[in-house]
Amino acid sequence: MSKKDKVFTVKVRRDFCKGCGLCIEFCKKEVLASSSKLNRMGYNPAEVVKPEACVGCLMCTQMCPDLAIEVYSG
Amino acid sequence: MELINKWPEYHKKDVVSHYCPGCGHGIVHRIVAELLEEMDLGKKAYLVCPAGCAVLAYNYFDFDVIESAHGRGTAIATGAKRANPKLFVISYQGDGDLSAIGTAETIHSANRGENICVVFINNAVYGMTGGQMAPTSLIGQSTTTSPAGRNSEVDGYPLHITDIVAQFPGVVYAERVSVSSPAGVKKTKKAIRNAFETQQEGLGYSIVEVLSPCPTNWKMDPVKSCKWIDEEMVKEYKPGLLTDKREEKRKEKG
Repeated sequence: MSKKDKVFTVKVRRDFCKGCGLCIEFCKKEVLASSSKLNRMGYNPAEVVKPEACVGCLMCTQMCPDLAIEVYSG
Repeated sequence: MELINKWPEYHKKDVVSHYCPGCGHGIVHRIVAELLEEMDLGKKAYLVCPAGCAVLAYNYFDFDVIESAHGRGTAIATGAKRANPKLFVISYQGDGDLSAIGTAETIHSANRGENICVVFINNAVYGMTGGQMAPTSLIGQSTTTSPAGRNSEVDGYPLHITDIVAQFPGVVYAERVSVSSPAGVKKTKKAIRNAFETQQEGLGYSIVEVLSPCPTNWKMDPVKSCKWIDEEMVKEYKPGLLTDKREEKRKEKG
């Protein structure tokens, strides 16, 4: 399987996200967006809106100060 | 499904940090924990926490951490390293801690060339106490104690402490980086790795200054704070390698 065909799954740990929006800003594929629902801490966490667009570059996890994003391959 | 970005072993899991949204401390904590795992140093790591926002860092790290009095991080690190040279000693300090109240300790530990690593988080304000002006604040920067902007006639000029210590013969590695973009985060990790290797090889003092966003006290959103670092802060604090004497020191040691 070439790298192109790889499928990546992004998960946001809702209750760990503080809604800073850095992952949304630095995701070039616009996979993430701010959720309209509040989490346990009262923030609008990031949520995955375009899961199929993820290329697994890990820019979001590099920038996340709260380790709230998990990226799975396959 | 396989998790790509594995949780660093020495970072406590399932703990929500007290840091504000978009704070750079979280990123640097992760980098330190990842490097200790990658370099297999976690078992002998000994982190000295500052007074400042990172005062509660022991809640997030899963290795030995000690708390220091305000500004005395490098003094405690010196004691720990001299008493037990097998320890891997890191002093984690902010700008109010390292370059204001701790100037004497910082300069003298650097001048002695202690074999320790210093991670210096520079956000140009006193974060924990509510955004007062720090020695590192930029000219014209508005803070709670300089609402009209820092005036050089009254308050002096931003203090470049890393540039000062980089001139000392005992300081083997000094670099300034920023965590305002993914590229900057990668450079930060590389710089801190180099600093850790310097101590591991026993070459001497290493310091990495990290320009880090403080959205709450800068009164900006996290994305704007990153842009402010890239546009304004880098003009005063230019990222890059300040000194690298590792090769000379290796030759000296033979």
